[in-house]
Amino acid sequence: MHPLDLVTDLRTFLPLEAVLYESEDLKAYECDGLSAYRQMPMIVVLPRTEDEVIRILRICYTSKTPVVARGAGTGLSGGALPHATGILLSLAKLKQILEIDPVARTARVQPGVRNLAISEAAAPYGLYYAPDPSSQIACSIGGNVAENSGGVHCLKYGLTVHNILKLRVITMAGENLEIGSASLDSPGYDLLALMTGSEGMLGIVTEIIVKLTPSAEKAQVVMAAFDDICKAGNAVANVIGAGIIPAGMEMMDKIATRAVEEYVHAGYNLEAAAILLCESDGTVEEVADEIRRIDEIMKKSGAIEIKTSRDETERLRFWAGRKAAFPAAGRISPDYYCMDGTIPRKSLAHVLSGIERLSTEYGLRCMNVFHAGDGNLHPLILYDANQPGELEKTEEFGAKILGMCIEAGGTITGEHGVGIEKINQMCLQFSNGELKIFHAVKAVFDPEGLLNPGKAVPTLRRCAEHGAMHVHRGEEKFPELPRF
Amino acid sequence: MPRAPIKSMQNIIDQSVNTIRAAAERKVPLHICGGGSKEFYGNHIIGQNIDMLDITAYSGIVVYEPAELVITARTGTRLADLEAELHEHRQMLAFEPPHFGAAATLGGCIATGLSGPRRASAGAVRDSVLGVRMLDGKGDDLRFGGQVMKNVAGYDISRLMTGSMGTLGLLLEISLKVLPLPPVELTLSLQMKEADAIEKMNLWAGKPLPISATCFYNGALTLRLSGAEAAVRAAHTKLGGEEMAEGAAFWQSVREQTHIFFQPDKSLWRLSIKSTTPPLSLPGQQLVEWGGALRWLISNADVDAETVRAVTGAASGHATLFRAGEPSAARFHPLAPEMMNIHRRLKEQFDPMGILNPGRMYPGL
Ligand SMILES: Cc1cc2nc3c(=O)[nH]c(=O)nc-3n(C[C@H](O)[C@H](O)[C@H](O)COP(=O)(O)OP(=O)(O)OC[C@H]3O[C@@H](n4cnc5c(N)ncnc54)[C@H](O)[C@@H]3O)c2cc1C
Ligand SMILES: Cc1cc2nc3c(=O)[nH]c(=O)nc-3n(C[C@H](O)[C@H](O)[C@H](O)COP(=O)(O)OP(=O)(O)OC[C@H]3O[C@@H](n4cnc5c(N)ncnc54)[C@H](O)[C@@H]3O)c2cc1C
Repeated sequence: MHPLDLVTDLRTFLPLEAVLYESEDLKAYECDGLSAYRQMPMIVVLPRTEDEVIRILRICYTSKTPVVARGAGTGLSGGALPHATGILLSLAKLKQILEIDPVARTARVQPGVRNLAISEAAAPYGLYYAPDPSSQIACSIGGNVAENSGGVHCLKYGLTVHNILKLRVITMAGENLEIGSASLDSPGYDLLALMTGSEGMLGIVTEIIVKLTPSAEKAQVVMAAFDDICKAGNAVANVIGAGIIPAGMEMMDKIATRAVEEYVHAGYNLEAAAILLCESDGTVEEVADEIRRIDEIMKKSGAIEIKTSRDETERLRFWAGRKAAFPAAGRISPDYYCMDGTIPRKSLAHVLSGIERLSTEYGLRCMNVFHAGDGNLHPLILYDANQPGELEKTEEFGAKILGMCIEAGGTITGEHGVGIEKINQMCLQFSNGELKIFHAVKAVFDPEGLLNPGKAVPTLRRCAEHGAMHVHRGEEKFPELPRF
Repeated sequence: MPRAPIKSMQNIIDQSVNTIRAAAERKVPLHICGGGSKEFYGNHIIGQNIDMLDITAYSGIVVYEPAELVITARTGTRLADLEAELHEHRQMLAFEPPHFGAAATLGGCIATGLSGPRRASAGAVRDSVLGVRMLDGKGDDLRFGGQVMKNVAGYDISRLMTGSMGTLGLLLEISLKVLPLPPVELTLSLQMKEADAIEKMNLWAGKPLPISATCFYNGALTLRLSGAEAAVRAAHTKLGGEEMAEGAAFWQSVREQTHIFFQPDKSLWRLSIKSTTPPLSLPGQQLVEWGGALRWLISNADVDAETVRAVTGAASGHATLFRAGEPSAARFHPLAPEMMNIHRRLKEQFDPMGILNPGRMYPGL
């Protein structure tokens, strides 16, 4: 269908300002949080109701127009990167909190609602929405569902998949699916899990029932500094070995510590090779008990300095550093590239020393922040896109980090998704048989392949062409890398 | 636990692949066998000349590193052996799965997706599942998810397999998140009416209290508190109630359905509904779990399935005929037509010949 005919059709039920097609209007949508990839969409539509979403999808389905969903556009894997001949479907105007049920501890919300807005609305009832991505002031709950987003508290409180009960989903054909329910389980296959983290490939989420968690009576954080990254890694294992599940357990390496300290003055030890933040929350009694034990373990694990937050202001100050890691990277480097591999924690020292070698080899600095409790590593590669060839080098460096994560028995993405960014690495992590199953699942929901085409799952052909790099599960592991 | 040589384990996989391929060729239904402990659950497999595919020999723990909070085991592993191993390291399966017999296997536990008393506070089976290795209906050996806590590469096939009753694939290995055992557990009993109990359970679930299980039956609300000694004592003071001496045995009886309420010769319905639903008026006796979100119904007079399903449906839930003398009604709650469509198409993709436990869940799956 000609773009202008499509615009005409859409405007039969959408106001002028909800259908954008002039390039100056489209510009704002050409990329998500991964700005290295840019593409102008053909048309942007901004529906205000579920009914409008259905009508838009039906038109696109009939005219075989690709559709890419977009929440707040904070994604870090290019999941919301537009399609050149497609529609970018922004869910940003569906931003109503429809219902809060304080007794059942649930909130029913539209997909464009910001993550933090749910917690703010629940706060008067002593409740909050637990998954807290660092982007929570901006990112949408629909985007969280599509990426199965996590946060610093997810070791104890779970990821998005553990904190949602029900979805309303519109398929590409415009059919309405009710997946999950207000009860704790549902008959049939677990389609709620299948939809969560499906990166806008299977359907458009138009309504979500999330679980709300009672706010803890108290939270306190221990900040421990180590002169050696291995010692810090062991401290993490010792805490867990002692039967403690901390509310948060974050690690930063030396470059990261220095960058954020200069920026927010959190009081971090600048001589440390690694800083650990370990939080306890719960009842006053529980926290007192746990903090005492954590403090002891940190000492025994060889911490060179330990500070325990004395009040809420200090607790927030200790966290401010970790939460400012990304902007701090942006301050010390024109550009940075955030990786998202997950590894078994025991491989931490091994993988970090590998990253250090690669950093020297590529002549690019890399700062590491780490969701240490659950093994999710965020190396931030610092580069300058204006230097010819530096982005390519950065991508190569990043790809090798992901290779190391797979080798260590981990995964190429812990929470940011595959999107367009890690599509080649999917060929490393999965066999053709497994990729075929992913394509088959996609075909169940979207036989025409119109939703977010080209993302999340590579074609088998692409993997074959990517063959030079195609090593699968240690059959032929990165022979060019030194063994360590 | 003794570890079997890898080679003989590979033989079992090879044999299973052959069995599946041969069955697919001849379109013969396969009955996937775990320990048979949950044989009573679900519908009968539909078809003629059903072949058995016994996976119990494929057993043993593959990797268990307590500090990683992850265990990977073969599906023929007895649930009791697996839990014993975790116990030795003061860890547990957070979802407290029912065994319903000593023969219960990990495969049956994952395939049925049944969780026990701790579910409302610590999550269901699917919440602990991190990864699977499986054979699909073509005999392809596939792995999804992994052994790490966070993994969003590809669709979440591991959780899709959980609770699919063996209709989408033969599960070979499962990776699970495990949790430390709580240092202290204490069981309290409070006398009250059902309506008050449901109200209280919901109210308390909204407060930062260390409640790890709830059960209402016959005028008594029983609560389990789990956590640090000081926290558990403080909560006891706040909540009041009598401490129950045989607390652990009580929860075991609820989990394994040996509690006096569960009379094996009568039909048992499992009603999963919104937790705040007031007492359901249905003929028979009820036992409430999961903070009000799970109601068990024992019916004397054969209550008709349609009534039970209508009442639970109105409470945003669903009803399963959990145990029945005669398999009269379909066991699982009917799905909306558009959802059934999606289920059928998924089945076609994972098991194109329709040979894996056909009909065990729904006709046509
Ligand atoms: C500074 C910063 C910090 C971050 N920190 C974290 C973190 O701690 N943890 C974490 O997990 N992530 C983090 N992220 C990544 C990002 O915020 C999350 O992935 C977030 O969930 C994306 O939400 P969004 O609304 O911006 O989605 P978008 O970027 O707009 O879209 C993401 C994907 O979801 C799809 N989608 C969006 N809405 C819908 C819908 N309604 N239905 C179907 N599909 C939809 C899109 O098609 C796309 O594939 C961070 C990002 C930034 C920039
Ligand atoms: C002639 C005959 C005689 C029998 N005699 C006895 C007897 O004396 N005693 C007895 O206990 N049983 C008996 N049975 C039942 C038989 O032993 C059970 O059917 C068998 O043990 C299977 O148990 P289950 O699959 O229900 O296992 P459970 O462990 O109870 O499994 C429950 C569910 O999970 C599925 N499942 C289990 N493991 C996997 C896996 N790895 N991958 C995918 N799905 C899985 C099963 O298919 C089933 O749907 C008999 C059956 C026949 C046909």
